[in-house]
Order: sequence, then structure tokens, then C-alpha cells
Amino acid sequence: MLRLSPQLLDRIRAHAERDYPHECCGILLGRSEPVAEAAPGADDTRRLVLDVAPMRNAHTASPQNRFEFDPREHLQVQRRGRERGLEVIGFYHSHPDHPARPSIFDLENASWPGLSYLIVAVAQARAAAANSFELAGDRSHFIQEELEAGVSQEGAAA
Amino acid sequence: MVMAVTVHIPTALRAYTDRRESVETEGGSVGEVLQQLTAAHPPLRPHLFTPDGRLRSFVNIYLNDEDIRYTGRESTPVKPGDSLSIVPAVAGGR
Repeated sequence: MLRLSPQLLDRIRAHAERDYPHECCGILLGRSEPVAEAAPGADDTRRLVLDVAPMRNAHTASPQNRFEFDPREHLQVQRRGRERGLEVIGFYHSHPDHPARPSIFDLENASWPGLSYLIVAVAQARAAAANSFELAGDRSHFIQEELEAGVSQEGAAA
Repeated sequence: MVMAVTVHIPTALRAYTDRRESVETEGGSVGEVLQQLTAAHPPLRPHLFTPDGRLRSFVNIYLNDEDIRYTGRESTPVKPGDSLSIVPAVAGGR
């Protein structure tokens, strides 16, 4: 499952609206905690987003329906995160005028299980549904994971 | 005694390295370091290599700040104190 504050989800939604009609993309930074005693194949990780890093969409040929990271920018975000004690726990991107579901292209380009893939639909320039997915262990499909965006971490920490 | 090369393990792959954030290896090249890493942690291997032993296309390896694609790929020499970062290529679209 993926947990983030409404404020962080709002930042992702704002990024998706700002870049419309292009796809936006970014990195979810935070902590990943294994859940003990999860059944095999079940969701055995809880990922907590503590910051988001907007990335440049480096797919300049077709940014309205494709995105890609600049790998060097990704390396730098990963490093700066590590210095702050934050890990790369997943990625987000937008689907302009398209549902918040992974495409075949998303599946073909997915890297590893154990990461969250958050997708925000943008309908007519307004951010709509957001769903999060994890790659199955055999890489054959995405599994929708629980997305909890109702609790403010700031509030919870107080 | 060869000094170690540090491999930083991304969060998603720590399930296969006993949760370790970095692994110290020895070796004279990037390829040797990766072979040692996956020999020490066999479950990691399929996430970095294809069944026929090639680095997966979405796996970017940085030796310090350099992408090994431009420095000789797996034959790129390493020296003590170097660090290796594993960064997945990230792409997609509707």
C-alpha cells in the first residue's frame, strides 16, 4: 500500500495540471517498510511518501502520451534523497485525457516489483482520479494497491 | 588485499539483499563487481540480468558519476573506494 498526505497528493495533481496536455512525471521519496507475515504474493510492503520530486519529461518527441526520466537527474534525486534519509519508493506520471490505469506501454517499461507506480488522470486540464500500482513478481501485470491519502503526516507526527 | 567497491542498493531491490542498503564487493571491473554482488545475493540476479546473462535494458549502472554505457560497459575498470549506483530507467505513457 502507498500512503501520502493530501498536501503531497495535491502537489502531484498540480504538477499534472501544469504540464497538461503533456504527461508529467516525478519521483516518490520516503520510506518502505516490510509488513511481516504477509501471504506470498500479497502486498507485503507499506510505502510512506514523505516528499515528491517533479522530474522533467525527457520524452521530447511525444510528451502528450509518453514520458521518460533523464537518468542523470534520476541519479541526482536518488542521491540527494539518500543524504536526507529518503529513499526512492516509487514514481508518478499523468495520463492526460485517459484513465488512471497502467497501459501496455507502462508495463513494458516497468522496472522492478517493490515500487509504487502512481498514475493521475487529467481530464480537460483538471486532475481527476489517482490510482497506485505495483508490478507483479513475475512482471506479467500490475496490481492495484491501496492508496491512502487522507492522513496528514504533519498532523500524525504531532 | 583489494579494497572494496561499494554498491548502493535501491530500496526496491533490498528484499533480495537481506535489506542491506549497500554491499561491499571486490573486483577489477564493473562486471566483476556485479558478478560478486549477485553471487553473494542470488535472488538479486534476475532483477539485474536477463536469463542469458546480459544486463537488463532498463538497468542503468553508474560508476561514481559516469554511466558505464559510455565508459566501456561491464569491462569498465573500478578502483578501491569507487561506488556503483543502480538506477532503473523510468518511462511509460498512456
